[in-house]
Amino acid sequence: MSELETFRAETRAWLEENCPASMRTPMPEREMPWGGRNASYPNPDTKTWMDNMASRGWTAPTWPAEYGGGGLSKEENKILQEELARIKARPALTSFGLWMLGPALLEFAGEEQKKKYIGEIVRGEIRWCQGYSEPGAGSDLAGLQTKAEDKGDHYLVNGQKVWTSYADQCDWIFCLVRTDNSVKHGGISFLLIDMDDPGVEARPIKLISGSSPFCETFLTDVKVPKENLVGELNKGWTIAKRLLEHERSMISGMGMGAGAASMGGMEAVAKENFGTDGDRIADPAIRSAIAAHKMDQQAFGLTMKRAGEEAKAGHGMGAAASMFKYYGTEVNKRRFELLLDVMGSQALGWEGDGFDSKELAVTRSWLRSKGNSIEGGTSEVQLNVIAKRVLGLPTA
Amino acid sequence: MAFVLSEEQIMLRDMAKQFFSEQVPVTNLRQLRDDGSEDGFDRDVWKQIVELGFAGILIPEEMGGTGFGPMGVGIVMQEAGRTLAASPLYSTAVLGAGMIMAAGSEKQKKDLLPQIAAGELLLALAMDETNHHNPANIAMAATRDGDDFVLSGEKKFVIDGHIANKLIVAARTSGKAGDPKGISAFLIDVDTPGVTITRTHMVDTRNAANISFDGVKVQSDTLLGSADGAYPELENVLDMGRVCLSAEMLGGIETVFDTTLTYLKERKQFDAIIGTFQALQHRAAEMFCEVEICQSVVLDALSALEERRNDIPRAASLAKARLSDASRLITNEGIQMHGGIGMTDAVDMGLFLKRARVQAQMLGDANFHRSRYADLGGY
Repeated sequence: MSELETFRAETRAWLEENCPASMRTPMPEREMPWGGRNASYPNPDTKTWMDNMASRGWTAPTWPAEYGGGGLSKEENKILQEELARIKARPALTSFGLWMLGPALLEFAGEEQKKKYIGEIVRGEIRWCQGYSEPGAGSDLAGLQTKAEDKGDHYLVNGQKVWTSYADQCDWIFCLVRTDNSVKHGGISFLLIDMDDPGVEARPIKLISGSSPFCETFLTDVKVPKENLVGELNKGWTIAKRLLEHERSMISGMGMGAGAASMGGMEAVAKENFGTDGDRIADPAIRSAIAAHKMDQQAFGLTMKRAGEEAKAGHGMGAAASMFKYYGTEVNKRRFELLLDVMGSQALGWEGDGFDSKELAVTRSWLRSKGNSIEGGTSEVQLNVIAKRVLGLPTA
Repeated sequence: MAFVLSEEQIMLRDMAKQFFSEQVPVTNLRQLRDDGSEDGFDRDVWKQIVELGFAGILIPEEMGGTGFGPMGVGIVMQEAGRTLAASPLYSTAVLGAGMIMAAGSEKQKKDLLPQIAAGELLLALAMDETNHHNPANIAMAATRDGDDFVLSGEKKFVIDGHIANKLIVAARTSGKAGDPKGISAFLIDVDTPGVTITRTHMVDTRNAANISFDGVKVQSDTLLGSADGAYPELENVLDMGRVCLSAEMLGGIETVFDTTLTYLKERKQFDAIIGTFQALQHRAAEMFCEVEICQSVVLDALSALEERRNDIPRAASLAKARLSDASRLITNEGIQMHGGIGMTDAVDMGLFLKRARVQAQMLGDANFHRSRYADLGGY
């Protein structure tokens, strides 16, 4: 047996023993394994599964083992993912630490920082949120004003962050702060802040969808130890850009297939609403719009797949992240608008009688989808990035 | 890997790129147009295409071809599309050879395929009867008369119909228009009595023909495939044609996009390079996304053919619909962004625009393929 075959056999046996049965079923949103100091586990198996996977570093399979990661090679990780998919295992840990901060720390942080923070992320002990945008710095992120003053043994941080995901439930926040007022991009640093520290306050923001996944986070005279600076002083923008790439590729794939899928597919919903002519949806305009949309989705999926194959073959598709962020989110928004056309007034309920839970979820998801082309850099910013960095169009 | 070319395919692409860009640049098409060429293509160029092995690119080596398969044809078509190279490649090497390979008898294959690969036999597929492509709606009658058939009716938009030596004619031997059953294919000489071919000069300077069949008597050995049952083979070949056309269209929009981008970086107005204007930058970025997506759907459809996947019809309709829509967007933007100069015959934008619209109509426009895609999806 080759080494990889042995690895597969061992992995399969280990998963069989260590993945609880309930973790092989579809995951309701309330059982999302975010981890953190204040985590609650409505299903205790969630915690068991997280701990089991973390004990082998498999919540972050390819991160170096010396910091607590799984230390797996690409080939081994592929096998692990295949074996997880085979038993329909839920993710053991979902976290911004895994998706965004961890990769940046591995690239930019010092040895002591890696030792401390990477392990905590892998084990799901600390739940992280991102402190980037500010009321006055949205698309123009580098215009941020939250300042960190050098007070000898610590930085004194004052300012306000906004759109911090789940900040009211998070433990630590990774922040972009201004450490030099004389230059724009070159005066930004990357700082890690414990949200239990005095002076940190998170307030949920109510969105048009009625939910509050984001907060405003106020930082008032927060004392941050100097060792919490990641990378060099005033070099935070480099880290920020790298993190944004991770965020963009994450958002571009977000929500694809959700919504209508829970309703049994948009075609089925259309047949119920408009009747059929043979196998066809009786309304030709709706039928054509659905076909056009499904073609967009398929074409987008193929392009993501192609980018993956080209990356493996060693030639990356330029600025792929921006293109996917732009295209993926625009397709997703169109999907919900089309679903509204298909469902008519039944997609416009807010709450209460007359609408079932799936229908109400479509309405809320439609509202939520409007943010897809704003968060993580607006569609317009993505087009700017493509125009300048890929197409080489000049700046005025 | 489906989306990444093999070394052999890259060599083929580089060879085709060099050939078309050096030997058949857009000026070749202008020359044909300005000279009022009888053929609508350059026989010397065709000779070189044959020597490169492109005429027999689908045909197996034992029949005189080069046997590159669908991916190879797509690669060559894409390069031909970049320079608007006019040749019988599509009508003869793709549709003609494809139909004989799919439906022909051993004898027909042995007789005809080597002639195609040698560039001696030109073919054309006579199928459409109305202004819109819809193969199941073929109505033209082929009536049995003893062992023979009598063909009566009109065909239109027969690509390269005026230069072909033989026609592949799709006609109805039973059933009614709309019924895929009952369609037969006949392979007949263009000089068969009762066949009248009228060349139609299309806007793209390439050529098609209207062909009338007035009681054309043909023997049963002209049947390509079985009587009444040619539709499945026909559909397979049409799908290959759709994908190859999509590849050719991709080459065209890549040229238009690259040319337009270069212009945006050179042209000055209001004391500024116009490429600095955000209104144009965003539109250029959107075109870039379209080109990337077009590359994906074309490569996927070619892979589907190459690997004989069972979703070929879906992949072909996806590619043809996408390229038809994208080529409309990109050729329109190409002219608009060039401004007044884009309206002149001196620059190539107009030639690409005209070609793109003809290609969009060939073998089904975006509407046709959206509907087909929905049918294939069961809605």
